[in-house]
Amino acid sequence: MTDAQIEIQLIASLVAVACAIPGTFLVLRKMAMISDAISHSILPGLVVGFFLTQDLNSPWLILFAAITGVLTVVLVEKIQQTKLVKEDTAIGLVFPALFSIGVIMIAQYANDVHLDVDAVLLGELAFAPFDRVYYGDMDLGPKSLWVIGSILVLTLILLFAFFKELKMSTFDAGLATSLGFSPIVIHYGLMSVASVTTVGAFDAVGAILVVALMIAPAASAYLLTTNLKKMIGLACFFGVFSAISGYWMANILDASIAGSIATMLGLVFLMVYLFAPSKGFFAVLYREKQQRREVSLITFLLHLKNHIEIEERHVNHLNEHINWQKVRSKTILSLAQKNNMISISNDVVSLTEKGEEFTSKAIEYILTNEDSLIEDMKEDFFLFRG
Amino acid sequence: MKGKIAVKVDDLTVAYNYKPVLWDIDLQIPEGVLMAIVGPNGAGKSTLIKAILGIIKPIAGSVSIFGKAYTSHRKHVAYVPQKGSVDWDFPTTALDVVMMGTYGSLGWIRRPSTKEKKSALEALEKVGMLSFKNRQISQLSGGQQQRIFLARALVQDASIYFMDEPFQGVDATTEVAIINILKELRKAGKTVIVVHHDLQTVPEYFDWVTFLNVKKIATGPVKEIFNDDNLTKTYGINYKVSIQK
Repeated sequence: MTDAQIEIQLIASLVAVACAIPGTFLVLRKMAMISDAISHSILPGLVVGFFLTQDLNSPWLILFAAITGVLTVVLVEKIQQTKLVKEDTAIGLVFPALFSIGVIMIAQYANDVHLDVDAVLLGELAFAPFDRVYYGDMDLGPKSLWVIGSILVLTLILLFAFFKELKMSTFDAGLATSLGFSPIVIHYGLMSVASVTTVGAFDAVGAILVVALMIAPAASAYLLTTNLKKMIGLACFFGVFSAISGYWMANILDASIAGSIATMLGLVFLMVYLFAPSKGFFAVLYREKQQRREVSLITFLLHLKNHIEIEERHVNHLNEHINWQKVRSKTILSLAQKNNMISISNDVVSLTEKGEEFTSKAIEYILTNEDSLIEDMKEDFFLFRG
Repeated sequence: MKGKIAVKVDDLTVAYNYKPVLWDIDLQIPEGVLMAIVGPNGAGKSTLIKAILGIIKPIAGSVSIFGKAYTSHRKHVAYVPQKGSVDWDFPTTALDVVMMGTYGSLGWIRRPSTKEKKSALEALEKVGMLSFKNRQISQLSGGQQQRIFLARALVQDASIYFMDEPFQGVDATTEVAIINILKELRKAGKTVIVVHHDLQTVPEYFDWVTFLNVKKIATGPVKEIFNDDNLTKTYGINYKVSIQK
């Protein structure tokens, strides 16, 4: 690997972590689309900042852009508070307006400057190593690395200092207020961090990838864990993994780095969505099948308990009596037999002692619907896994 | 009236978009009562609690807790919101939610230590949920979630407890468990204020009651004021209850 390659991967990874942290809270607050809005509407802030400083490298640009980001959030909330439109509509109204103002300003006044719409949307990681910081003659590395590195350090400090406040006000803002914390301060703090991160990151990776890096890793992590700290950790991991693997994919395909990273983020989410152990597509499918079988089994056992007549319990007529297809009756029959719940003699099915006991418990549960009973049943029998 | 006034509300008016939800409420809640706030849907019961706690800003009026502004008495007040007010899919455990009750005394930035954890575990035990401490909160039943909220309030070790419909959607066992804890709190000299829906249980559970329907209709001991007259004034229809007192 060349130095430039290492630097690009390092920048992409730092951006990924810096985005995943606020992204996790945005996802939990059901505000994912706000990141999209911020990433677009900071454009006029950048342009205004450039007019005032006449310097594309001025740190004031980041400040102006971040202020526009927070302004976007305020505008969305103000429109939403009128109760005339919902939040998603308010977002859809605000950011295209601000973004288009930025586009017009660039076209009118800044055509000769390196500040074009393509760069804003897509960024170009490949060029990041060329824009370097020097101290005297000493090369201190790419500028993006310093920018995003400082933002990441700031984000981490804030996260460690205010983790408990962030968690509480995200979960229960009412409690936070009543305990004397100000959820509004925390809300705008988070929005400011999201804005600053977006501004710092999009110079290197572009607005679209910023959104992808904020939302996709957090959304994937959300499907895998029930612990907030682990969720943040996993989101960071997914972000970094996609950043590095995306970089190499772009290298092999000779494609856009930002595009490849976003593609990897999408793939990671798809994999997690399909294979997550408890919330994933296949896990849910399996569980539903399992539950269907369990309910069928109970139905079948109840039928046996309710009927002493031999004709109701004959193996070959069971499907007619319970009105099931032959295959299903067979599966359930063998399931019950395997678990020693029934015995078959002369093709007539009877409940065993274990079957009797299980059925009585099931009836009791159905009648009372009490949690403790189902807990007992889970322990005593093979049923109700998961 | 018994001893001190725990909560005093003066001329409180709250409006959403210029539509008054609470109109000129004057209310004095004596210390040590177990009080129900009753009234029809939209009467402003939850709003009253939220306004007292500063979660909603009133357009007029004032609230004092033990004679002082609420902000200087925060630590003496615990709040149990409606169960539906939070996202139970949030990635956290029962114990962690209860720990949040200790955040108020910790203040900004300071992290909970083993001391806070210990009191959270004790509160979980009190509500009979200790064995569920590591359970993800979405995997608890409605009644269990309500108990977790109650434990979170208990851990604050407050003098005044506000509860917004703690009996909503819980089974009979949980209801009994919760009311027993509330009665214990009263026995310990705490003041408990509950938004309540089930009029049948008011005389059995509470010793103090406030009738509310945008305006305050009546407030006082259940024995004296829980009658057909006040019920009719509050609910608007000719209310003939056959409630045994």
